[in-house]
Amino acid sequence: MISLDEFTKQLAAEFEDVDPNTITPSTNYRDIKNWSSMYALIVIAFVDANFDVQLNADNLRNSQTIKDIYDIVVAKQAN
Amino acid sequence: MALLSVQNILIEGIAACVPQQKEYTNNYSLFTEEEKELFVKSVGIIERRVAPFEITTSDMCYHAAEKLIADLKWNKEDIGCLIFVSQSTDYLLPATSIILQHRLQLPNTTMAFDVGLGCSGYVYGLQLMASLLTSGQIKKGLLLVGDKSTLSTHFEDKSTYPLFGDAGCATAMAYDSTATPIYFNSQSDGAGEDAIKILDGAARNTVRDDTFDIIEVEPGVKRSRRHLALKGIDIFNFALKEVTPNVHELLKFAAIDKEQVNYFVFHQANRLINESVRKKLKVLDISKVPYSIQHFGNTSSASIPLTMVTQLKQKLQEQNTLLLSGFGVGYSWSSCVFNSKSIYCSDLIEI
Repeated sequence: MISLDEFTKQLAAEFEDVDPNTITPSTNYRDIKNWSSMYALIVIAFVDANFDVQLNADNLRNSQTIKDIYDIVVAKQAN
Repeated sequence: MALLSVQNILIEGIAACVPQQKEYTNNYSLFTEEEKELFVKSVGIIERRVAPFEITTSDMCYHAAEKLIADLKWNKEDIGCLIFVSQSTDYLLPATSIILQHRLQLPNTTMAFDVGLGCSGYVYGLQLMASLLTSGQIKKGLLLVGDKSTLSTHFEDKSTYPLFGDAGCATAMAYDSTATPIYFNSQSDGAGEDAIKILDGAARNTVRDDTFDIIEVEPGVKRSRRHLALKGIDIFNFALKEVTPNVHELLKFAAIDKEQVNYFVFHQANRLINESVRKKLKVLDISKVPYSIQHFGNTSSASIPLTMVTQLKQKLQEQNTLLLSGFGVGYSWSSCVFNSKSIYCSDLIEI
C-alpha cells in the first residue's frame, strides 16, 4: 500500500478545478470545492481501480477526512 | 446456476425508436455550472430523449417493430411469439404484449407475454425468446424492450431526473439450425430491492394519502413515493462487484477467449460505472466498448439494442463475436456471448 501522502496526492488529482496542494490528509473531503454525490462515485471508482477495494455507502457516511478513507482502504486490504 | 447455452438461434435484425424531444444536461436548471460539466464528463450524458404524455413505451416498441418487420420483409403470420420487456406497461392489466399483438396485426396463434425487468431485461429477453425458439416449433419471435423512465422521475431529484431517457426497441429472432449457440449467464439478488424502487402504485402499497406528497429526501433530492428512487452508491458497488465475475464465468462456460470478442455492449448505466467495468475486465481497446449514453441517457432495457443500432449499424453487418451485458434494478444481471451472423439494423426511428 502506498503512503497516506501519496494516496492524498493521487485522490486530489481526481478533483476538477481544485489546487491539489490545498488537499491534505486531514481535509474533510465534503468540504472540497464542488463536492457532490457524483464525486462520491468518483472516489469509489478511484479506490476500486487502484486498490481493488470497494467503499460502500456506510464507509462514506462514517468517514470525514481523506485519512479516514485511507484507513478504510488499508483495513479492507488486510482482510 | 443459470449458465445456459441455447442452440439454433439467429438474431436477424434490430430496430430502435426514440421520441424526438430532447433534453440537455446543460439546460437542467437544478445543476450548477460545475455540476453540469462534471455530469457530462463523468456520467457521460449530454442529451437524452423524453417522450411526451401521449407516447408510451408500447408506442415506441410498436414503431420499432413495424419498421423492422417491413425492413426484414417478414411475414407476420410466421411470428409465433412476442415478448414485451418493460417496467412501464400501458395498464396494470392486461399485459401490454397482448395489446401489441393486436396492434401489430400478428395472428392469434402468437403467444404473447410481459416480463417486468429493467436494465438486465434485454439479455433476459433474448434468453427467454431463444429458449422458446430453440426447438424449431416456433420459427420467428419478436422481442420488444424499453421504458418510458421519465414518467417516474421527478424534476427536482438531481439523482434521477438528468439520468434517464426514453426508448423502445425491437429485435427479430428466428430458428436457424446452422446457428452457433448463444451462451447466457443470468443472476439475481433481491437483497438489492431498495436500490432502485418505486414504492407506491402496485399491489404492496397501492395508493396512500401521502403517495403523491413531494418530500425532500436529502439536499437536491425531492420526490414522492410514486417516483423512482435510486441509491447511486449501492448500484455502483453492485455493478463493480458483480458484472466482472459474471462475464468471466460466461466466457469460461462458452470457451470463448476475451480477446476474441469484437464488441462488449454494456447496459448504458453511467459512463463512470461502465468505464470501471471495462477496466476491471481489462478491455484496453476502447473501440470494443461502444457508448450511446451521451445522446440518449440511461434507457433501461432498451440501452443495449439502442447502442447496437446507433453505434454499430455497419459493423453488425459482418460476423462478430458479441458480448452483451445488462445489470441494475432488482438487482438483476445477465450477460450473453455469441458469434453473430449479419444483424440488420434499421435506421433510428424518431416519433
